[in-house]
Amino acid sequence: MIINHPILGPRDAQEFVYLGDASLMNRPDGMSDGIEAFHDYLYNRDNPAGAHRELWYHEQGDRSWLVVTRNTVTHEILKVELARDVASKAGRGK
Amino acid sequence: MTQVNRIAGGQIDRATTFRFTFDGLPYTGHPGDTLASALLANGVRLMGRSFKYHRPRGPLSAGSEEPNALVQLRTGARQEPNSRATVAELFDGLTASSQNAWPSLRFDAMALNDRLSTFFTAGFYYKTFMWPAAFWEKVYEPMIRRAAGLGRLTREEDPDEYDKGFLHCDLLVIGAGPAGLMAALTAGRAGARVILADEDFRMGGRLNAETFEVGGQPGADWAAAAVSELAAIDNVRLMKRTTVIGAFDHGIYGAVERVSDHLPVPLPGKPRQTLWRIYSRRAILAGGATERPIAFENNDRPGIMLAGSLRAYANRWAVTVGDRVAIFINNDDGLRSATDLQAKGVDVVAVIDARADGPLLPDIRHLKGAEVIDTRGRLGLTSITICQSNGRIETIRASALGVSGGWNPNVNISSHHRSRPVWDEAIQSFIPGHDGPPGLSAAGAAAGALSTHGALATGQAQAIAALADLGRTARAELLPEAEDAPVSITPKWYVAGGKGRAWIDPQNDVTVKDVKLAHQENFTSVEHLKRYTTLGMATDQGKTANVLGLAIMAGLTGRTIPETGTTIYRPPYTPVAMGTLAGRSRGRAFKPTRLTPSHAWAEEQGAVFVEVGQWLRTQWIPRPGEVHWRDSVDREVLATRKSVGICDVTTLGKIDIQGTDAGAFLDRVYANTFSTLAVGKCRYGLMLREDGMVFDDGTTARLGAHEYVMTTTTANAVTVFRHLEFCRQVLWPDMDVQLISTTEAWAQYSVAGPNARRLLERIVDQDISDAAFPYMAAGNVTVGGLRARLFRISFSGELAYEIAVPARYGDALIRRLVEEGRAFDAVVYGTEALGVMRVEKGHVAGNELNGQSTALNMGLGKMVSKKKDSIGMVLSGREGMVDPDGYRLVGVRPVSPEGKLTAGSHFLEIGAAAVVANDGGWLTSKVYSPHLGSDIALGYLKAGDRKIGQRMRAVNLLAGTDTEVEIVSPHFFDPEGERLRG
Amino acid sequence: MADTLHALTPLGRPDPVSRDIGPYRIVERFDVALASVACRRGRHKDFAKAAKGMVPLPDPAHSAQGAPYSSFWVAPDMWFVEAPFATHEDIASELKQLFGDSASVTEQTDGWVRFDLQAHDLAPLLERLCNVDFPQVADGFASRTLIEHIGCYLIRRGPGEGTLYGPRSSAKSLLHVLETAAASVI
Repeated sequence: MIINHPILGPRDAQEFVYLGDASLMNRPDGMSDGIEAFHDYLYNRDNPAGAHRELWYHEQGDRSWLVVTRNTVTHEILKVELARDVASKAGRGK
Repeated sequence: MTQVNRIAGGQIDRATTFRFTFDGLPYTGHPGDTLASALLANGVRLMGRSFKYHRPRGPLSAGSEEPNALVQLRTGARQEPNSRATVAELFDGLTASSQNAWPSLRFDAMALNDRLSTFFTAGFYYKTFMWPAAFWEKVYEPMIRRAAGLGRLTREEDPDEYDKGFLHCDLLVIGAGPAGLMAALTAGRAGARVILADEDFRMGGRLNAETFEVGGQPGADWAAAAVSELAAIDNVRLMKRTTVIGAFDHGIYGAVERVSDHLPVPLPGKPRQTLWRIYSRRAILAGGATERPIAFENNDRPGIMLAGSLRAYANRWAVTVGDRVAIFINNDDGLRSATDLQAKGVDVVAVIDARADGPLLPDIRHLKGAEVIDTRGRLGLTSITICQSNGRIETIRASALGVSGGWNPNVNISSHHRSRPVWDEAIQSFIPGHDGPPGLSAAGAAAGALSTHGALATGQAQAIAALADLGRTARAELLPEAEDAPVSITPKWYVAGGKGRAWIDPQNDVTVKDVKLAHQENFTSVEHLKRYTTLGMATDQGKTANVLGLAIMAGLTGRTIPETGTTIYRPPYTPVAMGTLAGRSRGRAFKPTRLTPSHAWAEEQGAVFVEVGQWLRTQWIPRPGEVHWRDSVDREVLATRKSVGICDVTTLGKIDIQGTDAGAFLDRVYANTFSTLAVGKCRYGLMLREDGMVFDDGTTARLGAHEYVMTTTTANAVTVFRHLEFCRQVLWPDMDVQLISTTEAWAQYSVAGPNARRLLERIVDQDISDAAFPYMAAGNVTVGGLRARLFRISFSGELAYEIAVPARYGDALIRRLVEEGRAFDAVVYGTEALGVMRVEKGHVAGNELNGQSTALNMGLGKMVSKKKDSIGMVLSGREGMVDPDGYRLVGVRPVSPEGKLTAGSHFLEIGAAAVVANDGGWLTSKVYSPHLGSDIALGYLKAGDRKIGQRMRAVNLLAGTDTEVEIVSPHFFDPEGERLRG
Repeated sequence: MADTLHALTPLGRPDPVSRDIGPYRIVERFDVALASVACRRGRHKDFAKAAKGMVPLPDPAHSAQGAPYSSFWVAPDMWFVEAPFATHEDIASELKQLFGDSASVTEQTDGWVRFDLQAHDLAPLLERLCNVDFPQVADGFASRTLIEHIGCYLIRRGPGEGTLYGPRSSAKSLLHVLETAAASVI
């Protein structure tokens, strides 16, 4: 597979490490949210046949974490974003 | 033996003669020959035995689709089984032997299977060897394995090397026949970066096997001229002997280049084969078409082959397969075999044409509406029996029979992404579907354009279209003139009515009868048909067989062929040697080796090394007279505890963490607190996963207000760094934190033992007295003016430091530490002694950090701060993980000092049966403590913190040990920590 | 201790090595100091100001030559800065001074082994080693890439000139890979 890195352009997927669903970005707050919230966050996932947002890490590249939107049926990659930008825009903050 | 069947012409170099042997007999051939063409030239038709029935077989084809002529090439360690003689390039001195035959190819004892064929029909194994179940592993499977099988492995190490490589292009053209050459010319002339790959050693495809002209010259000459033109274009790369084996995602193709297979031995330093990963923006499949047979009784005898192959041998290799040739066809293309062979002076005894209509060939006995119904000849064809349109049966003497049931486009690669080929009524075969790999189009025969003009035209058109996709313009130059005969075919799949066997898939011995049986037993879908009969599951993937099999099934079920559908193909297109896939990753080069800065010194000392991931670490260093590893390890431990020991700890991961939020960041990623750590101090840190299990541990030092250096375990250095980047970029993107690994930049040594300070005082320029550099101090120092770092931390329980210098000075530092250490009888210890001392001290390491253990399990529950948010903090509080009766880290000693402990042993109450229900936990790490004079161990024991002082048993049923033990504190040594603070 | 410690190359020798294999020349460089410089969050202005005229800050996937400092991009907001070792052994301290609190600076000199590659055309060698499209990328291209499981930085200085930084501990493995690939190409 080829992932079109937002900074570096097309790069071979062999350079990346796959983590999983991009919802892993939405970590609850440990000081205010409880076990239930963390349990959902860590274990409950959708498993769509089709567009799927997922986290990839460019380990053999620039070490960027990316949010890759990929069609799980065709492997077509629809969108690639820097995870840091996505997280920052989503108000993840500090 | 002379080349009795060699005729005039051909693309072989008669000026040079190659000598080779097959089954020990000497033969001759010429450059340009394949093993099959050379054997046929020598009158050898019998080349193998079939897989199941051990039927005598000769080549069915003249290409990579070959199901029958599988041989073992070469001898010794280079012997390779299952090589297709039809594509094995002849070289001087080639040695080949037949396979799957015993005692000889001409008399094969296992041909008994053929006599018993009634019992060996489809599903035979499934039905027969089901009962009794216990017999399968011990009796049936070994028996079947002995009897069946193809070639044999040598069991010797492959002496050859294999390369891998990466190529990039605008357009990959797969196949260098007329379509591929025209596509490459069109794109290459337009300036595009083109790769033209062809599996053959001579580019040109069918043009080399045919007699018709292209652009007013013989097709083969036109092909040669096209290749010359392409070779002169800088942006075109010609890759002959290169098979594109698969289409992968996003324009990536795999290709195997047979760099040295045409040589007796690869040239020095050269690989045998290279596996290329080709990154293409567009690709054209111009892989041609494969002829398919018509099934009839005893259609598998040596001498019976595809009609197009028969004329390929005549036209390209100047070989006739026999002196009297017959042709059996259902389409016009097969007629070319008759006319070409006759033009070469071969006696064409009859053309048996299954079609009733159409023109008659002049000067040849052309029988319309006729069929071949049987053949004779035990080890090779001697005669055929035909049934004419009027029902008259006639036996005709013939030593070769060419069969043509039509041509199947080579759609294989187009279906690698699960695209279903679609039925084309006009050519009575499947062509590539429209939902194939994005960026791939098909041209020429692969796309169903079976005439030469069609190939040239579609090759050009697809190249223009591919370049247009890329925003480039290619010119549609005038195509060379070429034949454009329409496809005239009347479907004929098999000759009905016979009682004997008619082969469809000769490699797996699948017959028409097997397909009928599958139908009778309701395995009628193509996927069931394939698996029930093994149709198309052999090394040729059914290239000649699949369409025939499913067409016959369609006929039996009354469905059309498109309704019946087709199975699809997976990579690789043709078999690939395991060595090619491994590349250079084998033996010592399987993975890179990482060496520590003390490696050269340790080698000089005769150190024993152990692999830790990619690292080689000193395990222990034997001294003269030490015969057992324990002698060395015990000495290293005792000397360290008595005076001072030195150990290379460079392999521990080191991560530089800076930024104004560095402290806050560490508070989030560690269970305990780091923002409050004073500058110039370090602290043990425990890192959890979000699920509450312990991830990693290590000490982290604060070198400045916004600067920390974290250490990780050797094993987790990479995953911890990845995790920290995840936390920094994804979880808390606005934190001001910068990360960089410095693992390799510093050579770091642990100096431990009562005299550690006295030794280091001779090395370090600064005052490192207890007052100036107390326990857990950390900071920059100098060594002879050179920048260095010092940490007062201990893994051994001793007064200990870790000292780091830039890695280039690591060799000098170990030598100086050893030199200065002589005054203290200093010892250099390895990972074994390190392990002994950490177990004596009760420190957790890899065996305890097993991914299933919490801080509470390790007795470190209090380290998880609830005053701040950190990864894993919340979920480590889950009910099951705070169970007061859960596992706790304990120490274990045998009640008798001689008692032996084994890691992995399970805790049982005294008197309890060794069953799972009574399992109390297990021993994680075991060492011999020279300090205590007995085996000691750490372990996880249920409610272990309340069982200190109790006696239990440590039982290991695998090792056969059952030892009475005492549960003790995991801190065997200096539990108060007085020594390390000294 | 007054006497200084002797230095060894990543290959464990007193002096760097060079190899000539056919048309390919592999030269180990042991005379370059290296440090990572990362811009602190939200400090881009101060960072760029400090760097101006001193440290080039090339775009992603690029390198830039300068004196005494050259540099290449490694990650968003992070560069590796090179300088002659003889005069800049303590490069990290120098750069810390230069950038103040606008950057995080970390010494990297001994984390890496550097091989300079020379030939009339490096493409046939590099296509056996990594997936970089070397003939197509521009001079000054710099990228991390994977060579036989070893993560490296590759800098193109010309069609026949390149620099490879690999992890110091794998120096011997990396040299072996380069030598074997060169031998198989010639």
